[in-house]
Amino acid sequence: MKLARKLMIGVALAVVAMTNAANAKDMKIALVVKSLGNGFFEAANKGAQEAAKDLGGVQIIYTGPTTTTAEGQIEVINSLIAQGVDAIAISANDPDAVVPALKKAAQRGIKVISWDSAVAKEGRIMHLNPSSNELIGKMCLTLAKDHLEGGKGDFAILSATTTSTNQNTWIAEMKKQLKDFPGLNLVTTVYGDDLADKSYREAQGLLTSQPNVKVIVAPTTVGVLAASQAVKDAGKIGQVYVTGLGLPSEMAGAIKSGATKEFAIWNPIDLGYTATQIAYHIAKGDADGKPGSGIKAGRMGLIKIGENGEAAMADPFVYDAKNIDQFSKIF
Amino acid sequence: MSDVTNTKRVIPDRLGTKASRILASWEVLLFAVAVAIFVFNALASPYFLDVWNLSDATFNFTEKAMIAFAMALLVIAGEIDLSVAAIIALASTAMGGAAQMGIGTAGLVAIGLGVGLACGAVNGLLVSGLKLPSIVVTIGTMSLFRGISYIVLGDQAYGKYPESFAFFGQGYVVWAFSFEFVLFAALAIVFAILLHATNFGRQIFVIGNNEFAARFSGIPVERVKFILFLLTGLMSGVAAVCLTSRLGSTRPSIAQGWELEVVTMVVLGGISILGGAGTIGGVVIAAFVMGLVTFGLGLLNVPGIVMSIFVGLLLIITIAVPIIGRRIREMR
Repeated sequence: MKLARKLMIGVALAVVAMTNAANAKDMKIALVVKSLGNGFFEAANKGAQEAAKDLGGVQIIYTGPTTTTAEGQIEVINSLIAQGVDAIAISANDPDAVVPALKKAAQRGIKVISWDSAVAKEGRIMHLNPSSNELIGKMCLTLAKDHLEGGKGDFAILSATTTSTNQNTWIAEMKKQLKDFPGLNLVTTVYGDDLADKSYREAQGLLTSQPNVKVIVAPTTVGVLAASQAVKDAGKIGQVYVTGLGLPSEMAGAIKSGATKEFAIWNPIDLGYTATQIAYHIAKGDADGKPGSGIKAGRMGLIKIGENGEAAMADPFVYDAKNIDQFSKIF
Repeated sequence: MSDVTNTKRVIPDRLGTKASRILASWEVLLFAVAVAIFVFNALASPYFLDVWNLSDATFNFTEKAMIAFAMALLVIAGEIDLSVAAIIALASTAMGGAAQMGIGTAGLVAIGLGVGLACGAVNGLLVSGLKLPSIVVTIGTMSLFRGISYIVLGDQAYGKYPESFAFFGQGYVVWAFSFEFVLFAALAIVFAILLHATNFGRQIFVIGNNEFAARFSGIPVERVKFILFLLTGLMSGVAAVCLTSRLGSTRPSIAQGWELEVVTMVVLGGISILGGAGTIGGVVIAAFVMGLVTFGLGLLNVPGIVMSIFVGLLLIITIAVPIIGRRIREMR
């Protein structure tokens, strides 16, 4: 009796599941994320759904493990292989551990790309970076210029630790591209070690020792937040501006206070949109995703694939008072 | 005097027919659940009844089940080992380090199993040597073993395992039967014999039911427990070899959270968490149930969080049903 009842419930659930499934002829693209319940990835899914609507005949399977583990992602990949999806676009929890599972997917004819967090070269056709170091460096300088009257004046950099790879690469890019911004003058670079209190003190130091500095650029969310607070506490809102790379949810307060007019970071909606577009074109066969080639990604334009099969999506996205409320809810 | 005979504990005059006892047993109930899940999966997804897909699905539980066999023995004896996932991390890190130095596949397997045994020995010595409670000891060693992995590796990873090493986690013995699945089946038989058909197995049950009485009966309680911790460590080493081979790389976060899944498998398999009762057959069925649930729901693209809710419900239901059933029978 118990068994019969269980079976009946099972069949009922199955019917529900069947009716939910879209047309079988649709191309199935799986968007595999690091973990579910993360605003950043929910936003990426929104972008993927938008791309699916633009393309037509595409079903997005948005999935991922509960916790950010490679083992969990492998279980997800196995079930996607079993379903015979057409393409997998993954943001990997571990660049190496998912490779054997993704290789198996490739053997069964599934096109695999990675986005956001890369998979090692052997496991994917191409990787989509949200941006490139060059574009990030340029964006930081553009932001500094936009905050200075007439695009001319002194600015300083507040970084994380002296050894952090990302920040150092971006600062080097900024220095390299300074020649394209004739009015800008980099006075000094200080290090707040990505600690809120140290970053705050370094920013305070800048405000007193370098009175000519009108803009502080912090390519780290801790730095940009701490510097905004320091400017606010020193009562210098409107005289000194803070900008850089930050998370909208953390930066909402700084935008509201006026210490920061605008800052930049990648847009997860665009990222999900572009990853889906690329996966679609590779699975359809009208692009191969080889280094040196290009793929048309709808409203995001042509994505060029460079060395190691890596591609950069676009300039970091600029956030200001107009869009901060929308995005601060997302990530 | 009449008060004493009026206690709630009822000893029935007879145990009922043999058939009715078998039908009411945990294993049969669990088996029915497994069949129900299998049928549900087959109806719900057109991709489920495919030999290769089912073969892939076994990877969801084989490694955890290998540890669960040893854990079952330990739980029956009234102890627990929460450091098993951390042992995997440490064994995998040791194998990774050795692989970078150019040690071959046989050497790597020996190192993996050796580290597992050594970790088991540490747990065993602390529990049976120093008479510390196993739950406290293994919560400690859980942080200790994984901590060493984190110190060695930091945010780095070991890759570059020899090609032949991939066989353990990715190879097939015959047709769709993977090496891991065959090993899982073989170990199930070995552990079933060990627990149900040897003196050693009988001693485990006695210790779990009444440690005090076991000592008076001349059972070497400490030695049995030490051996069980060694065995659990060794099986964690075996799982480490399989998992590392399957992933082809090592990070200190490997097998994070597996200790709870292994314990869940053991409890779902009808092993009394208080010790003294349970069968290996139950653990085997529980392994299939958990594997089928995660794979089946995965095929339907049910989000992971719903899956864990489902496993949690399954656990509560399978534990509650026999107890409620017994209460109802007692009321009559």
